[in-house]
Amino acid sequence: MRWSLTAIALAFIALFLCLPLLLIITAAFAKGWSAYWSELTDHDTLSAIKLTLLTALITVPLNTVFGIAAAWAITRFEFIGKSLLTTLIDLPFSVSPVISGLIFVLLFGKQGWFGDWLYAHDIKIIFAVPGIVIVTLFITFPFVARELIPLMQEMGNEEEEAALSLGASGWKTFLFITLPNIKWALLYGILLCNARAMGEFGAVSVVSGHIRGLTNTLPLHVEVSYNEYNSVAAFASASILAGLAIVTLILKSFLEWQQAHDRA
Amino acid sequence: MSQSRIMPGFRPALGFTLFYLGLVVLIPLSTLIFKSLQLGWQDYVNIITHNRVLAAFRVSFVTALVAAAIASFFGFIIAWVFTRYSFTGKKLMDALIDLPFALPTAVAGIVLATIFQPSGILGKFLIDSFNLRIAYTPSGIVVALIFISIPFVVRTVEPVLQEFDSRMEEAASSLGATRLQVFTKIIFPNIFPALLTGFALAFARGVGEYGSVIFIAGNIPYISEIVPLLIVTKLEQYEYAGATAIALTMLVISFALLLFINLLQMWIRKRSGQL
Repeated sequence: MRWSLTAIALAFIALFLCLPLLLIITAAFAKGWSAYWSELTDHDTLSAIKLTLLTALITVPLNTVFGIAAAWAITRFEFIGKSLLTTLIDLPFSVSPVISGLIFVLLFGKQGWFGDWLYAHDIKIIFAVPGIVIVTLFITFPFVARELIPLMQEMGNEEEEAALSLGASGWKTFLFITLPNIKWALLYGILLCNARAMGEFGAVSVVSGHIRGLTNTLPLHVEVSYNEYNSVAAFASASILAGLAIVTLILKSFLEWQQAHDRA
Repeated sequence: MSQSRIMPGFRPALGFTLFYLGLVVLIPLSTLIFKSLQLGWQDYVNIITHNRVLAAFRVSFVTALVAAAIASFFGFIIAWVFTRYSFTGKKLMDALIDLPFALPTAVAGIVLATIFQPSGILGKFLIDSFNLRIAYTPSGIVVALIFISIPFVVRTVEPVLQEFDSRMEEAASSLGATRLQVFTKIIFPNIFPALLTGFALAFARGVGEYGSVIFIAGNIPYISEIVPLLIVTKLEQYEYAGATAIALTMLVISFALLLFINLLQMWIRKRSGQL
């Protein structure tokens, strides 16, 4: 029983998880190192990488600040509607990526609510970089908050109250008491938020317009290259994203280990 | 926790939270509802009951159900093996389970399509030996959704199996229960709520999934066209009313699922409190 179950589990992992990773590498290097390298340093690939980094650089800090503020308000105070607020924060996770994109088209698109106004003022949001950033903000909205809320709830606020009653300022208390206690969970939330911000496809694809070199993020560049039967280009870009996923998993294991270590 | 009088920052923290939540999430989501209200009831019904739309809903729900069921079966075995047995490389395998969470869906999509296409490594093997076509059929959608679903099941079942009190098992077997009886009467009933939660999470995610599916699905209308793709197609043809009506229907179903999952988890907590 033991061996057959282990064999089934390992066979599943090998087929569904290991094989895809191996295939990305072999397909990316199918025409050799130089073909791989020239695809990676291609102008469109580089601009896709830049846009992906830019998007993450804007959205991750904003959602981090929000996550900390939301966790502070929810876990340190009692107020009416608290559980509703907690539910609303998780809302973006239950919305299909495509629908997340659609709602911003309905807001900022040509026929959208602000469409005429934006057109009159010559501001482009949909099929432009701002749309990609806004939709990513929506998609990655809950990540930091949902890591911090349960942890800070469990921690209680005795330590903070002690510091405050001894005369520490609010910011000082946060920096020297709260932050050290939540740092691993905070980093964990930031890590997951960043992975999703860089990897989001469906929502971004709806608002991007797929303009090469301008509004293609790296995941969109993967799609465009694949649909043009440029396999090496598609898998070269995919290899960067797979590398990002591997790094994310390694850091994730490390942070989980740290959190368990701190609790013990 | 009692209300703290000296704790600072309530107004700015809550104020910013509500402002940001409203701006980024609530106002955008509400446009979907307002936009649908502009549609008359008859228009809405006409859009939703169109054959192609109904077919897409059927494809999305059936494939997500089948995939969540298969993922629940294998996910349970994987969680079981991880918590009960030890072998070299277990830590690495365990970390790898989260790959579908971390790998961008477009990457998963092109990789699975490449593996299962008729000339691909597994696709060729399955056609040659079993005459089984995976890519560009509804089975392809199921395969992509199994990939996406597996961590949901493993990660919800694993902690419950870990905390499972083995004294109950020992008591049962010392009273003469067979191994099968211990499993069906003691272990499985205790794990089942978690397994159901994992199944529901996987199903909810699968119904809305887009990136990993569209490359392998073939996207043939009436056969392998999923609802999210139909929304995108309508948008590309500037049929905003159609896209909105379909999206709102999907959203309502997702929220109903979410409510079901939350109730399920409340029920589990209550049950485990009683044990």
